Amino acid sequence: MSILIDESTRVIVQGITGRDGSFHAGQMQDYGTQVVGGVTPGKGGQEVHGVPVFNSVKDAKTATDATASVIYVPARFASDAIREACDAGMELIVAITEGVPVLDMVGIYHTVRAAGSRLIGPNCPGVISPGKSKIGIMPGHIHEQGNVGVISRSGTLTYEIVHSLTALGRGQSTCVGIGGDPIVGSNFRDLLPLFQNDAETDAVVLVGEIGGDEEEKTAEFIREKISMPCFAYIVGHSAPEGKRMGHAGAIVSGGKGTAASKTEAFNAAGVPVAKTIDELAGMVNDGLGA
Amino acid sequence: MKIHEFQAKQLFHTYGIEVSRGSVAETPAEAKKLAADAGGPVAVKAQVHVGGRGKAGGVKVTRTPEEAEAAAKAILGLDIKGSVVRKILVEPAASIDREAYLGLIVDRAIKGVTFIASAEGGVEIEEVARTSPEKILHLEITDGIFPAEAAKTLAGNLFGDPATVEPVTDIMGKLFQLFLEKDCSLAEINPLVVSKSGKVLALDGKINFDDNALFKHEDIVELRDLNEENPSEVEAREKGLSYVDLDGDIGCMVNGAGLAMATMDMIKIYGGEPANFLDVGGSSNPEKVVNAFRLILGKGGIKAIMINIFGGITRCDDIAKGILQAFDAIEIDVPVVVRLSGTNATEGRAMLEGTPLIPAESFTGAVKKVVELSEGSAA
Repeated sequence: MSILIDESTRVIVQGITGRDGSFHAGQMQDYGTQVVGGVTPGKGGQEVHGVPVFNSVKDAKTATDATASVIYVPARFASDAIREACDAGMELIVAITEGVPVLDMVGIYHTVRAAGSRLIGPNCPGVISPGKSKIGIMPGHIHEQGNVGVISRSGTLTYEIVHSLTALGRGQSTCVGIGGDPIVGSNFRDLLPLFQNDAETDAVVLVGEIGGDEEEKTAEFIREKISMPCFAYIVGHSAPEGKRMGHAGAIVSGGKGTAASKTEAFNAAGVPVAKTIDELAGMVNDGLGA
Repeated sequence: MKIHEFQAKQLFHTYGIEVSRGSVAETPAEAKKLAADAGGPVAVKAQVHVGGRGKAGGVKVTRTPEEAEAAAKAILGLDIKGSVVRKILVEPAASIDREAYLGLIVDRAIKGVTFIASAEGGVEIEEVARTSPEKILHLEITDGIFPAEAAKTLAGNLFGDPATVEPVTDIMGKLFQLFLEKDCSLAEINPLVVSKSGKVLALDGKINFDDNALFKHEDIVELRDLNEENPSEVEAREKGLSYVDLDGDIGCMVNGAGLAMATMDMIKIYGGEPANFLDVGGSSNPEKVVNAFRLILGKGGIKAIMINIFGGITRCDDIAKGILQAFDAIEIDVPVVVRLSGTNATEGRAMLEGTPLIPAESFTGAVKKVVELSEGSAA
């Protein structure tokens, strides 16, 4: 098992004729993901990497029975693309796009929730269930199938952590990059119960960063509802107040959203917080035992 | 993106929100003339993006044009938390009866926007939130529609005066419209005042805009004051790099924002001080690396540089090639530690052997090395 996606997940690529969409459609296929079609308005009838391109998500869904969509369209079109995927009844929507205006996300967030779709991202690397399927831009080969779940607000930092886990022989059930924006479709609290119910996952790694109070809320949520071992790593201890640290959501403002506050919240909830990536991988390794 | 008070008030005015109308001066003589034209007491206010200007002596109320001139002289050129005052706003001093705080923010917790209001006006809202949170009123909106009835209730509670309910509700509606139409991340009226004649108006204003939405708003981008921004950060933005200036002496070049923060944190843990946050992205483009080097070295005082790259889909040997090309293209006289990990890391590191660049395998090892080198070259 794994969460969100597996070898049977049928995926369409929104923006498949663009540079990124086309490149990553190929990468996903190479990994074994069932890419069954793509969407670019006005380019229906073409083919990319041997799969058909459709004018709309609805057409693509009807023709291919896809249940998941991944979005590589430019930021200004991203919220419309999410809306279209949602309207077409996609169960899982993964938005890779960086730079989506936050009020566009306010508009779409509640629509997606009400429709019962699950949105991952935007501004995220995507989702991978190692050995089965990847939907996104992460390098597949650093992952290994196993029993550690990963949820992270970051991209390359997650790859680092996965790389360290794999090096210790600790494979992953599913890794989810939830995105670095202030408002993202799914948060730690949305995904933790899925891992808890997944027979293959034995521990979860949470990678947080400065900005907002999701980590604080997650700490409370774990204390109340999650029995599975969780380990955390928080970055941005050295970030100055009021500055956006690359990710739109990574900002300490009005003294809120500091790494110290998040670390304290996890510690108080009994979730060990690592100071370094090496320490994190070691904690997980020791925690899972032989 | 931030703008000045006078610009925020112009926007308020465009949306029909009553404001204290003033004019901008850049010299004491201009301030004197504006005060004379106003014909009564005026407030002389420093126009800077940072908060806390009142405490720093950046706001003075004066009775005569001569006093206004003297106040302008004192305020212009003042350094307020690193911002040098270049412009002042001169406006008729209001006769205030009561003052309050009214703000609108993007609310991450509810995935919406929230009005925040408090009868404690004129002070920092964070301070009120800390000391007396019960004095803060909230109105949460997640459907993008202005809740007129709930706004009326809030307006009533704000000044506790039936006469102000309608004008305050009206201002809330207009502020909400501005907020959505211009993609704000924060819009603040502090203080919102009731004048002695019973008029409700915005005495001070602050608006921040969502950087991700600026492509929609050319008119807002024109309001940008580059004098208020860190020159390195301005240059970085022009070059398409994500950079934040810090106080230390170890330059950082990293791919990915999260990993860049982790690198800064690690440098601190091992006793060093990061000079910057810099995300160069995932490509191996030598030009990007050259720009990054120039940016890091540009501000001076750098003692060592750490490059921390995780090669995913872009392979480490390609990245090493890019770094070497960049290194050849510019003169760098501080030690540079390069840590490559991920795809083809061994090959990438091998390419750096025998060059002035110092290859490192582990994250921790690289950080220890760069901290040591930064201390060594200090001696």
